[in-house]
Amino acid sequence: MRRVVPIGPYHPLQEEPEFFKLIVEGEKVVDLEINLGYNHRGHEFISPTLTWDQVPFLVERICGICSDSHPYAYVLAAEDCAHTSVPPRGQYIRTIIGELERIHSHYLWVGLAGHFIGYNTVWMWVWRYREPLLDIFELIMGNRNHYAINKIGGARRDILPEDYPRIEKYLDLVEEKTKMFTHAVLDDPVIRARLEGVGILPREDAVAYGVLGPTARGSGYAIDVRKDDPYDAYDKVDWDIVVFDEGDVLAKAKVRLLECFESIKIVRECLKNMPDGPIEAKVDEIPPGEGIGRHEAPRGEVFHYVRSDGSNMPVRHKVRAPSFMNIASNVVAVKGYSIADAALVLAAVDPCYCCTERTVVFEDGKQKYSGQDLLKLSQAKTEKIRRRYRK
Amino acid sequence: MNILGILFNFVVFPGFLFSAFVGLLLTWVDRKVTARIHWRVGPKIYQPYADFLKLLIKETIVPEGSSRTLFFLGPLLGVISMSIFAVMIFQMNFDPTSTFVGDLIVMIYLLAVPAIGIILGGSASKNPLASVGASREMTQAFGYELPFLVSMAVIVLKAGGTIKFGEIIAVQQSGGPFLYSLSGIIAAVVILFTIQAKLSFVPFDIPEAEQEIMAGPYIEYSGVTLAMYKITRAMMFFLMPLFLVSVLWGGLTSWWAVLKVLLFVVLIILIKNTNPRLRIDQALKFFWVGLGLLSIIGLVLAFYGK
Repeated sequence: MRRVVPIGPYHPLQEEPEFFKLIVEGEKVVDLEINLGYNHRGHEFISPTLTWDQVPFLVERICGICSDSHPYAYVLAAEDCAHTSVPPRGQYIRTIIGELERIHSHYLWVGLAGHFIGYNTVWMWVWRYREPLLDIFELIMGNRNHYAINKIGGARRDILPEDYPRIEKYLDLVEEKTKMFTHAVLDDPVIRARLEGVGILPREDAVAYGVLGPTARGSGYAIDVRKDDPYDAYDKVDWDIVVFDEGDVLAKAKVRLLECFESIKIVRECLKNMPDGPIEAKVDEIPPGEGIGRHEAPRGEVFHYVRSDGSNMPVRHKVRAPSFMNIASNVVAVKGYSIADAALVLAAVDPCYCCTERTVVFEDGKQKYSGQDLLKLSQAKTEKIRRRYRK
Repeated sequence: MNILGILFNFVVFPGFLFSAFVGLLLTWVDRKVTARIHWRVGPKIYQPYADFLKLLIKETIVPEGSSRTLFFLGPLLGVISMSIFAVMIFQMNFDPTSTFVGDLIVMIYLLAVPAIGIILGGSASKNPLASVGASREMTQAFGYELPFLVSMAVIVLKAGGTIKFGEIIAVQQSGGPFLYSLSGIIAAVVILFTIQAKLSFVPFDIPEAEQEIMAGPYIEYSGVTLAMYKITRAMMFFLMPLFLVSVLWGGLTSWWAVLKVLLFVVLIILIKNTNPRLRIDQALKFFWVGLGLLSIIGLVLAFYGK
């Protein structure tokens, strides 16, 4: 007997508005229908109404988790259009932030994967060690998220030399803890029983669906923009692509965990070889023409296209996020497995949570904090963190 | 004993109210210990009570098209069976002579009733996720009852073939607890995992996996009916470790027994927090192959007096 088990649009598994319609026979999933588009916000439409320098602030709000990736790809596209070369220090800073973001995004996924298989201890522990990284982001850029580090022509903020030890200290911590989590995942027989051989995405299907990022690299499809089309500092440091051939959830988990080590390596080397000099090149105007920017986001390649007519606004801006490619491959990966596995397999591609929640605090029926109050509180907290770490 | 005394036993002490009170306290222990393992702060001590009271004043919604009788019978069965169980276990512990032939079998039945209540309620809800949950609960019950019953046979064998609960306690009080032998330890391990499954705790929270089927059988329950399920769970959380201590570790002879119960409670919490959820086929395999073989080994050892 065929039944429909809905996952979404509102479901405790994935707090994003996506609708997966699992068609099941007993406990076995025989088919999957995917409905997207519950959260259309019209970024590509808003973008041509903003100036070139305002757009990064818009596109970094496409996603709260990879909020460095979208502006990164956008500025690469705009620089491609303007034929600008970025000063080395700016390149290194952008690379460092991009890699730190990868660590925090992969940690987020590992924690959530633990939660999805009912292992809340892993969830809480992983997120505990993700927290200091967010403090570092706040230390450098004033925000835990939405870093606003990218600017056409370079970086918006400098990483001060007195912050290097702080970052290196964190890298030591995160290296030790990633080792711990890797062992915990690989040595735990129960975790292996849940992850191994589940949700297999064969290489042919991975290529056919055009999947990207760790999803592709877990299926033996070595695709990575940082190696295939190096930009900024990625060809100036030494690192390896992590590829596994199995294609199951365990392989994807391994790719993400081991990529954290590569990211640590890249950040360390960037900090060691950080050149002096200006952090940005002055870009006066974007000449008519078009440009593309590709950045390897934590979930795969994010692609931005811009076209300029020489005015102060882009006339066309196109975004392709990696999750859009990855989610479609679920149809192959989830078929033939049980409902229990489906929850995990659907989450294994690390679908991007494109909306960050807003908070309103009410006390005695009145709004406790206005937007201005929250801004002041947030600034006070940033100051506190800076005082704590920079004394 | 007059009728009022029986009612008092059933409703207040040691029946419903007392075991629910202690059960909710242990639920708080569970939440606090779990929180500390997670590097969280954890709730205040009155939180489980507040949750329970809040559920009582919430509206109870009955889904359209569901079977009303079964929908309400499901949660009620668990509370009633656990209340009777509480009366029996305390009565026998305080006065082992007040036993009757076959009361151990009655208690084993009473321990199986809450699962039946969940299956009934989940099937009556007319919700695909609830029926998936109910069918998982049924499968899991098939799994854990086998090693549980074999381990009960170990205890019966060690007590000299009696199926009187009071006599099992009496034998231990004169001849030492059954736990201090190889087959006793094996039986304790098997029963501990069974308790974990009966409580639907990780790694056996398969019937109600919130990330997969959104609480499964409970999905349509709200208000008082949900509170009854919760209170059944809390009472089981108190009574089943107590049952384990009674049949294997000498019963409630002194205040040490409180610590023994707490030890098993903490063990359950630790298992819960150091494992991911199994899949239903893996759980069934674990119970039938792993624990089933282990409990039969225990039975053979008990037969040879080890």
